[in-house]
Amino acid sequence: MSAAIRITQVSKCFGSVRALDHVDLEVQRGEFFGLLGPNGAGKTTLISALAGLVRADSGSLNVMGHDVQLDYRAARRLLGVVPQELVFDPFFTVRESLKIQSGYFGIRDNDHWIDEILENLGLTSKASANMRMLSGGMKRRVLVAQALVHRPPVIVLDEPTAGVDVELRQTLWAFIRRLNEAGHTIVLTTHYLEEAENLCNRIAMLKAGRVVALDTTAQLLRRFSTHCLRLRTDGAIPAELARDAAQNGGWWSLPFDAFDQVEPMLAKIRAAGCRIDDLEIGKPDLEEVFVRVMQGQHESQVS
Amino acid sequence: MGHGFSTLFYKEVLRFWKVASQTVGAPVLTALLYLLIFSHVLAGHVQVHGVIYTAFLIPGLVMMSVLQNAFANSSSSLIQSKVTGNIVFVLLPPISYLEFYLAYVLASVVRGLVVGAGVLLATFWFAPLDFAEPWWILVFALMGGAILGSLGVIAGIWADKFDQLAAFQNFLIMPLTFLSGVFYSVHSLPPFWQQVSHWNPVFYMIDGFRHGFFGVSDASPWLSLAVVGSCLAVLTAFTLNLLKRGYKLRN
Repeated sequence: MSAAIRITQVSKCFGSVRALDHVDLEVQRGEFFGLLGPNGAGKTTLISALAGLVRADSGSLNVMGHDVQLDYRAARRLLGVVPQELVFDPFFTVRESLKIQSGYFGIRDNDHWIDEILENLGLTSKASANMRMLSGGMKRRVLVAQALVHRPPVIVLDEPTAGVDVELRQTLWAFIRRLNEAGHTIVLTTHYLEEAENLCNRIAMLKAGRVVALDTTAQLLRRFSTHCLRLRTDGAIPAELARDAAQNGGWWSLPFDAFDQVEPMLAKIRAAGCRIDDLEIGKPDLEEVFVRVMQGQHESQVS
Repeated sequence: MGHGFSTLFYKEVLRFWKVASQTVGAPVLTALLYLLIFSHVLAGHVQVHGVIYTAFLIPGLVMMSVLQNAFANSSSSLIQSKVTGNIVFVLLPPISYLEFYLAYVLASVVRGLVVGAGVLLATFWFAPLDFAEPWWILVFALMGGAILGSLGVIAGIWADKFDQLAAFQNFLIMPLTFLSGVFYSVHSLPPFWQQVSHWNPVFYMIDGFRHGFFGVSDASPWLSLAVVGSCLAVLTAFTLNLLKRGYKLRN
């Protein structure tokens, strides 16, 4: 069975800027995949190349085994893309937009499915409102709906929650999760690393057009981040511990790998006669992974 | 042609129809004003091919409206979609470049014909009109609309901003249509400008169209058909090539 997405040696230049540099990436069917990277890393270019909005200079991109150039009809039918920009057609109502979008994909009577999407995205009451009258958050929901009219097995969301309120974020993720559970492959780019950490089972990180990290979320967290014991004390902690610790505003952060290391650390502090005023245990966190990968400390570990 | 094509065509027609006062009403009014002013000034002074001036002017105005509105439809739709970004809605689906081209051009032809019919309806009270050879009327209206619709696609794809599109319109389309014999017979021009006019393809569109009404014209309708047909073939090939390469749209 072919992968949901297979990207092989894809490069793309805009003038002298190399937006994508020999990118290889494979997303399996049913995955919830995160594509992370700073602005300008090439995430949107990669998605655009996959969607046929931009032509790669070299390499090939496949959606469920169909080349996005040579077999674009099949590839586009299998792919739903939620663009990053908040775009809409001001001439039409929400329902008209969705019916027209269905027609573009060759689907005639789609009202049943359109109703279902509207319901799931909390848009039912806005169905006959003109697009111009909607708030930004509502327009964003319509964009998601438009990407889903043809029931694509592979769904790509380019920063779908940028500038979106908490309620929509939760409605959206609940819906996308259900789609994922129903077998849809989801690819997500986001600036909210917490979202990626909670949702994605695998993550690729892009930097300057190259994949610099690619692994399951759990593995990435394990490899690049650790638990850490954070404490506030009334004096300096023993030098032995302070060596590995980071200090920030009266708080000490002591990294550790396994929980049985915590007790000896606390014992040493107690033995030094140091009083602990506050204490918490920090979990590995994707933000830390991201920062470390982007600083380029682990490029050699790209799998 | 699949359902994707017919939907895009329908959407393009719906787009101008939803703002018909602006896309149909306004050009009909403009043409009516031209007629009132020019016929007031010139009627009684000028006869062309033995036809009174007002009658001569009407087909010219009708065809000019067909052409200008066909151009306006595809070009403004594309530039608006590009500037606002909603062009992605037609680029993401499995619509071929041929379907894309035909949908935009046919919708342009429809807009041209609707406005042309409106102008005819508003003006034909003012002078006796024949419909001597009606097939020519239809043929030149369709082909002229398709040519300007194609030019509109080219301009809409090429222009990045509204002012670039306006330049295309003001410095190319307007001179071509105004200097084509809409308001006069080219036989009334000095020999040099007659020659120049014969290099303007829009002259043949209007001349052939007018032939359908009066059965007489500056050039033979068959020559006009050959010129207009060649222009359409060349422009279609050129535009399809742009779309196939994804020029500006997919880059």
